[in-house]
Amino acid sequence: MQPYLKLDYIGKTFTRGAVTTEVLKDVCLDIARGDYVSIIGHSGCGKSTLLNIVAGLTRATVGGVLLENREVNSPGPDRAVVFQNHSLLPWLTVYQNVQLGVDKVFAKTKSRAERHDWTMHNLNLVQMAHAKDKRPSEISGGMKQRVGIARALAMEPKVLLLDEPFGALDALTRAHLQDSVMALHQKLNNTILMITHDVDEAVLLSDRIVMMTNGPSARIGEVLEVPLPHPRNRLELASNPTYLKCRQRVLEFLYERHRFVEAA
Amino acid sequence: MTLQAIKTEPAMALPAPSAAVVALPPTPKRRSASRWLGMLRHAAVRVVPPLIVVVLLLVIWELTCRGAGSTLPPPSRVLSDTRDLIVDPFYDHGGIDKGLFWHIYASLKRVALGYSLAAVAGIALGTLVGQSIWAMRGLDPIFQVLRTIPPLAWLPLSLAAFRDGEPSAIFVIFITSIWPIIINTAVGIRNIPQDYRNVAAVVQLNPLEFFWKVMLPSAAPYIFTGLRIGIGLSWLAIIAAEMLIGGVGIGFFIWDAWNSSHISEIILALVYVGIVGFVLDRLIAGLGKLVTHGVSAS
Repeated sequence: MQPYLKLDYIGKTFTRGAVTTEVLKDVCLDIARGDYVSIIGHSGCGKSTLLNIVAGLTRATVGGVLLENREVNSPGPDRAVVFQNHSLLPWLTVYQNVQLGVDKVFAKTKSRAERHDWTMHNLNLVQMAHAKDKRPSEISGGMKQRVGIARALAMEPKVLLLDEPFGALDALTRAHLQDSVMALHQKLNNTILMITHDVDEAVLLSDRIVMMTNGPSARIGEVLEVPLPHPRNRLELASNPTYLKCRQRVLEFLYERHRFVEAA
Repeated sequence: MTLQAIKTEPAMALPAPSAAVVALPPTPKRRSASRWLGMLRHAAVRVVPPLIVVVLLLVIWELTCRGAGSTLPPPSRVLSDTRDLIVDPFYDHGGIDKGLFWHIYASLKRVALGYSLAAVAGIALGTLVGQSIWAMRGLDPIFQVLRTIPPLAWLPLSLAAFRDGEPSAIFVIFITSIWPIIINTAVGIRNIPQDYRNVAAVVQLNPLEFFWKVMLPSAAPYIFTGLRIGIGLSWLAIIAAEMLIGGVGIGFFIWDAWNSSHISEIILALVYVGIVGFVLDRLIAGLGKLVTHGVSAS
């Protein structure tokens, strides 16, 4: 069976003047529909570059991305991104930020009233409908990220790309938002590709964890299946042997076999 | 000061319980009265110091120019000489013998036309230069040279081209105020965060939508800085240009007054020019504040 999303021998080299750096090499990954896949690695290993390539924001030097057997190399709403720093447009209200994508994606297929309903529906999904007329500067960091998620979900993407979505949040807000994302994944069954550097987050949320080796020329070092049933509960998992084993495997990979050289 | 006003309130309200029904209603009144007092105080803090300085300067001016040999009139004489002009700024005896209102109105009309053209062209060119690396490489050096040319140096050339004072004056305004608008817009466009560009790319905004929905709002603070510098420059340029082209206009009014040795009229005109320039600057600044409300608060 053909995979839903296929990363096919992706390589990326950056050239600055005479200096060429190979960031990614031979990255191959098959993702099935409805899968939640996390990519974890030390900072600078090129995982964000990989996500940008999937999003189409950066072109791969070699290889390519196949979505439903068709090559994608330019950005589009079928691969909506939740950016690390929310990236809401500050001059638009919460509602308008979500509406921007909705109006564009469903310009022909939905009427004005339907687009409004769909925008509100997605704001409701992330429990942000109450703040629809606020500007991003008037809401907290966690709320901004919720709106970012709503904006991405509202485009009805085939693949949802999360670029360290909880990285800029405090621990409590992060846990709360992780639960929300888990609930959304359970409810909507999206295909999700998430970049993270948080081991607990990766194990808690994903079906599979892709571990990247250190750059330059980062590759996929290991892929770990997380055989835990959904829905997951973070409190129960804390003592679950499977959870602990998975966590242990990722930690070993990151801190024993592929230590971050500069941090050592 | 405000703290004090709040502190005294409970003390004043204290007697109330002894005659509760009668005493309670006045309390809100007192509160609104103290709020009025606070606002008055706030206004006074801003108005009184410059007022004192102005009075002081007027006194010094009066004392130095009072003597018989003085070349400039003291403020008292300026006032008595120009009473007619001050009292009736709207008279119109035909030709250029009009009240000051009509002169300023004529100048403002030229500025409005030249400046509006400069704003539209400046923002368009600035967007081009900010967006395209090749447009910047090609145009930026030329802009940097052209913008140093003093406004009046353009006047003879534009007179030669247009063969008429009116469009020449407007062209001078245009060419004077366009450079800061172009340059600031270009900087604003270049400084649009990559995040916003990424969002636009994912949503697949077309270039026109990107311009209206992302570029303009994001660069608005920069654009308004340019617009504000531009309006100041165009007001500077119009006075000088009008002195040379003649006709109705505050610039030529000043020149005409000088030729007829009405020094008091020059001084009055300068006061008006200053005030109008100040109002124009505030107008653009206020407009900018209104438009960029959301952006600056990010």
